[in-house]
Amino acid sequence: MTDDHIPPTKVDDVELRLLLDAIAQVYHYDFRGYSMASVKRRLSHAKERFACRSYSQLQDRVLHEPDVFPALLAFLTVQVSELFRDPAYFRAIREKVVPHLRTYPSLKVWVAGCSAGEEVYSLAILFREEGLEDRTLFYGTDINTEALRKAEAGVYELERIPLFTENHRRAGGKSSLSDYYTAAYGAARFDPSLRKRTVFSDHSLVSDQVFGEMQLVSCRNVLIYFDRNLQDRAVGLFKDALVRKGFLGLGSKESLRFNKHSEDFSEFARDEKLYQKRGDS
Amino acid sequence: MTAPPAGAVVIGASAGAFDALSAILPRLPHKFPWPVLVVVHIPPDKKSLMAELFAARCQVAVKEAEDKEPLCGGTVYFAPPDYHLLVEPDGRASLSSEEPVHFSRPSIDVLFESAADAFGPALVGVVLTGANADGAHGLRAVHDGGGTTFVQRPDTAQATMMPQEALAACPAARAMTLQEIAAYLNTVGGDA
Ligand SMILES: C[S@@+](CC[C@H](N)C(=O)[O-])C[C@H]1O[C@@H](n2cnc3c(N)ncnc32)[C@H](O)[C@@H]1O
Repeated sequence: MTDDHIPPTKVDDVELRLLLDAIAQVYHYDFRGYSMASVKRRLSHAKERFACRSYSQLQDRVLHEPDVFPALLAFLTVQVSELFRDPAYFRAIREKVVPHLRTYPSLKVWVAGCSAGEEVYSLAILFREEGLEDRTLFYGTDINTEALRKAEAGVYELERIPLFTENHRRAGGKSSLSDYYTAAYGAARFDPSLRKRTVFSDHSLVSDQVFGEMQLVSCRNVLIYFDRNLQDRAVGLFKDALVRKGFLGLGSKESLRFNKHSEDFSEFARDEKLYQKRGDS
Repeated sequence: MTAPPAGAVVIGASAGAFDALSAILPRLPHKFPWPVLVVVHIPPDKKSLMAELFAARCQVAVKEAEDKEPLCGGTVYFAPPDYHLLVEPDGRASLSSEEPVHFSRPSIDVLFESAADAFGPALVGVVLTGANADGAHGLRAVHDGGGTTFVQRPDTAQATMMPQEALAACPAARAMTLQEIAAYLNTVGGDA
């Protein structure tokens, strides 16, 4: 017996690191800069779900069984979203940002981490209500290809509609949400014309480059899953993507307070987490 | 940059939380050495007044936790409504909108499990009054990580289920009255 016994949680940590390394090298999804507390939690659920004793065993399956990684990706990315989630945010866009957007002849809007498209459809509806839709191109990006497929389809479970309807109303909706979908077989299919000016694409804030000259970037409830370095990288991308005086919207409990680029933005609507890129940066 | 705190206290409470916390938080001394993280079950669409209400009554600083905020001693952090609060291995707070646990977001289990991971033996876990089973697993995780565990004595709790479930999952936890818990916390972290 030696007494350099390694405590089991530390072994866990080592294995978890190795698993994330393996995923990054083989599948090019890099979760190593995510918030570890949350990644651990979700991977421990995945470990149970795949009936693995350890992360090493899970790693073995991820590397050798082609079906396992796509399923694991669902555990690694949090997909919770709603139409008009946090109505006050969309109300502030409508009342405070839209008047500025009207001054541009054409507009580009980027929803980064768009999940199954809920936030994109919310903005498309809002822009239609405000008469801005025809001059706008929407980009919805995410790393979860399954979610992007759902976003393309624009079909949501009918049981989510009451909440969406209430959110839309509280966001200052000027029409009835039922104008935008048809219900059939327990699902609500959103009007395909809402996405005729939308491009959904696979894009990672961790590893991909910036695109477009955006007037508005909305990235909500994505940065909380990143550690500070990654948050800095992502906000750097948004800064570069935005035109001068362009707008950045974050989730209701996110801020630029601990971010390296905070000086490059001013608070535009503090409670709704809307920022404006400074004219000189 | 200040070094991450040497330890922490995590507290979970549900039905009857306000009264129970009122017996504990205002008695924390001004120079309390560790951060105190609190999850209270609150409806998701409500703005929580907990931080404001307690800030006026406590000697320690009280605030709602912000994402990636470094945790400091002498400060009470409340989980914001509709987000889980977790502790990162480097001693920062982080938020998550993952699915509710035991129908709750924030969830006590989520906080306790991540804090157990970050602080190991230098963690005190406290489960107070409540009418559900959240916190039981989490308290067990605190214990398994070598931390100290307390449960409000069920016969003194406004709602008994949460303390009972916690004791069932973590029999090593000590059942105490709110006054005893408050007195114990005053000795935490020594005067080092
Ligand atoms: C909680 S959802 C947010 C959905 C929506 N924005 C909202 O607030 O309701 C987080 C999304 O971020 C995506 N995501 C995670 N890592 C990402 C990355 N590196 N680049 C782009 N999107 C990412 C996830 O796949 C997920 O769809």
